[in-house]
Amino acid sequence: MASDTFLDIRNLKIGVTVREPGERPRDITIVHGVSTKLEEGKVLGLIGESGAGKSTIGLSSLGYGRGGVEITGGEVWVNGRDILDLNRAGLNSFRGKEVCYVSQSAAAGFNPAHKLIDQVIEASLEHGIMSKPEAMARARELFAALSLPDPDNIGDRYPHQVSGGQLQRVMTAMALCPKPDLIVFDEPTTALDVTTQIDVLAAIKNAIRVTGVAALYITHDLAVVAQVADEIMVLRNGETVEHGSTKQIIEDPQEEYTKALVSVRSITHEEKVPTDKPIIEMKNIVAGYGSGPKILDDVSVELHPGQTLAVVGESGSGKSTLARVLTGLLPPRSGEITFEDRTLTPDQKSRPREDLRRIQMIYQMADTAMNPRQSIGTIIGRPLEFYFGIKGRKRDEKVAELLDKIELPADIAGRYPAELSGGQKQRVCIARALAANPDVIICDEVTSALDPLVADGILKLLLDLQAREGVAYLFITHDLATVRAIADSIAVMYKGRLARYGTKTEVLTPPFDDYTDLLLSSVPEMELGWLEQVMAHRKMESAGN
Amino acid sequence: MNPALKLIAQRLALGALLLLAVSALIFAGTQILPGDVAQSILGQSATPESLANLREELGLNEPALTRYFDWLGGILVGDLGTALTSGADISEAVGKRLSATLFLASVAAVISIPLAILLGLVAVRYKDRWPDKLISASTLASISLPEFFIGYLLIVFFAVNLGWFPSLARINDGMSFFAKLEAVFLPALTLTLVVLAHMMRMTRAAILNVMQSAYIETAELKGLGSFKIIARHAFPNAIAPIINVVMLNMAYLVVGVVVVEVIFNYPGMGQYLVDHVSKRDVPVVQACGLIFAAIYIGLNLVADVVSILTNPRLRHPK
Repeated sequence: MASDTFLDIRNLKIGVTVREPGERPRDITIVHGVSTKLEEGKVLGLIGESGAGKSTIGLSSLGYGRGGVEITGGEVWVNGRDILDLNRAGLNSFRGKEVCYVSQSAAAGFNPAHKLIDQVIEASLEHGIMSKPEAMARARELFAALSLPDPDNIGDRYPHQVSGGQLQRVMTAMALCPKPDLIVFDEPTTALDVTTQIDVLAAIKNAIRVTGVAALYITHDLAVVAQVADEIMVLRNGETVEHGSTKQIIEDPQEEYTKALVSVRSITHEEKVPTDKPIIEMKNIVAGYGSGPKILDDVSVELHPGQTLAVVGESGSGKSTLARVLTGLLPPRSGEITFEDRTLTPDQKSRPREDLRRIQMIYQMADTAMNPRQSIGTIIGRPLEFYFGIKGRKRDEKVAELLDKIELPADIAGRYPAELSGGQKQRVCIARALAANPDVIICDEVTSALDPLVADGILKLLLDLQAREGVAYLFITHDLATVRAIADSIAVMYKGRLARYGTKTEVLTPPFDDYTDLLLSSVPEMELGWLEQVMAHRKMESAGN
Repeated sequence: MNPALKLIAQRLALGALLLLAVSALIFAGTQILPGDVAQSILGQSATPESLANLREELGLNEPALTRYFDWLGGILVGDLGTALTSGADISEAVGKRLSATLFLASVAAVISIPLAILLGLVAVRYKDRWPDKLISASTLASISLPEFFIGYLLIVFFAVNLGWFPSLARINDGMSFFAKLEAVFLPALTLTLVVLAHMMRMTRAAILNVMQSAYIETAELKGLGSFKIIARHAFPNAIAPIINVVMLNMAYLVVGVVVVEVIFNYPGMGQYLVDHVSKRDVPVVQACGLIFAAIYIGLNLVADVVSILTNPRLRHPK
């Protein structure tokens, strides 16, 4: 093989043994013969939805299988040797030296008991690559290269003392410190806020360029990987769909699946005009937890019948707290909620059942929002019984009707949540909310845990249901692309206050305030060179910095 | 103020409060014991007059509350009162006994704590392989046998058959440190075998729990060896649960040595307490109870404080 090919994966097959309680262990193949090569200093993007096998393939270049995952066939050549032949000691001799890893959650990936600097230089010392003073000096250089604040001293802090975006950059420094030939980036920006994401992305891209390290960049977001990768490999269900240069994949995709990924988020939605009479009016809401600081400070918004109000902001902006106030889970310190033309009781416990029925909620994690021991029929049927007293065969008929509305087959009623995919589970949660025949549904980040194509499907369904049932949505999200797709009016929140509020056209038309500008410009676009343009035009730092 | 310091101050105050409550409980408990001290001192032949005189002399006719505060006041200045039966000063007698018991418990602790933690680490390193199973089986076997059985077994082997150590653990002030060490070796070994399994299994469970964390994967992907991962990355995060069970066992060592002291005829607190309970010598029983309670509370306080100090979030606030 050519001397400058650093990583050569040949016909890689990976399997896992599934042990479900009460069943015999089953062997499942999750990667079916994937091959790829990576030359020195190049960046290969691995992209696909969950279950595509992208992380598993990335970890195989370190000879590592997470949670019982085993490499069952093929070869993985690193620096001219097949690492699948190595024993544990052999693996240890190149892990952390030739190949390093950056995980999705740096917050979980750092040991809480040790200072950052000790963890950053650990691999360099372990492999005898440099002396301790040399390693410390290199770590500080890398901190500076990754634009971390106070690079000389930030290493003396403990992981909990720095922000998530900073931690992710420290983890990149940790991977770069031993001067490896290859770094595996496993969704390094997915857990971050959108404005923080582009800072980290820019820092990673710069560090790759300066050090000349090769990288496998794993993500589910094609727009993100398009900014850093030279080549992109699209994976689906453990098989290669398409592999080409970044330019070719973005501008001229060949396969249907790739085309779908590139054109994702292309939903268009005609904005509706606000009515005279809002169904819900929240006036001058001030709220906080216990005796703590104000999380919401003087927030006033209106929701019109049959329309969508999108509440958008970064984590900590108070958008979920707004939902908790509306549901009555967190009575506000001051302010008032009007429902149609009367005042809504602040405390959920003392609201009449009819009010509870008319305001329903859908959550981010469909998984944890359903009782795993109840069948889908029971889960959807419960509000029918509770609010309308519908039982027996009539209930089953209603459940089938609801399942039809969310485009799922009626026989799914007998199945359990664990047997459904992520998108199906979220559809069931929508059906459960619809079962109460509500006027308002609060959607709290309902698509952020889903793959882009699946999320698109859910958004289309929600719009469809709105057109047919006339239900209003309070739609909480951090994703502006989603907002563009479905909102009629938008509330931009920043540190507990409204930064901007109005109809979609008003909010998304310049001139912008600085924060809205930052937020809008931070949404990755499926366009080469987008990252550089944005970084050159930024007016303010992200809140997470 | 540093939140760790604040928490520690809180714990200390709570400990003191708890001790006060325990002192009231001990006092009340000994008051409702059946029988009469004066009666048991004078025996069956006592006349009503002599009983009344003795009660007056011992202050038993005072109201209970007055006697409690007298007793408490004495303790605060280090005066535990006098034994009814012998008239000896309790503080002096207890001082000797307590130091003997603490010596025995410390020897057992010095052997058992490092051994338990080391065995726990080895068990994690070779999880589900033969060293793990051997360690689990043997420590469980030793905890399953009652102390007196282990004690006599050790006497049979090491004292009678091999003659390496004395079967009676007599110590006195004139003995050198090493002579004392030799004397208490068998009782200390008995105690070690009793507390080892609990601490070792907790160490193993706590570390295995930490081994599920994402940062252990980070360490593995740095190419670190198994033992380094366990010792450097898992152990520091498992200290809090381990220290708690260690301190609980230390408290057991000090407080629960009664049986072992009797087997080896060791002049410690346990024997002293048992002797005086049978004689119904209330002041001695009260004093011993309070000392045991203080040690128990003190050790658990230490566990709390160490747990707080090992939490980097409390030690280094944002």
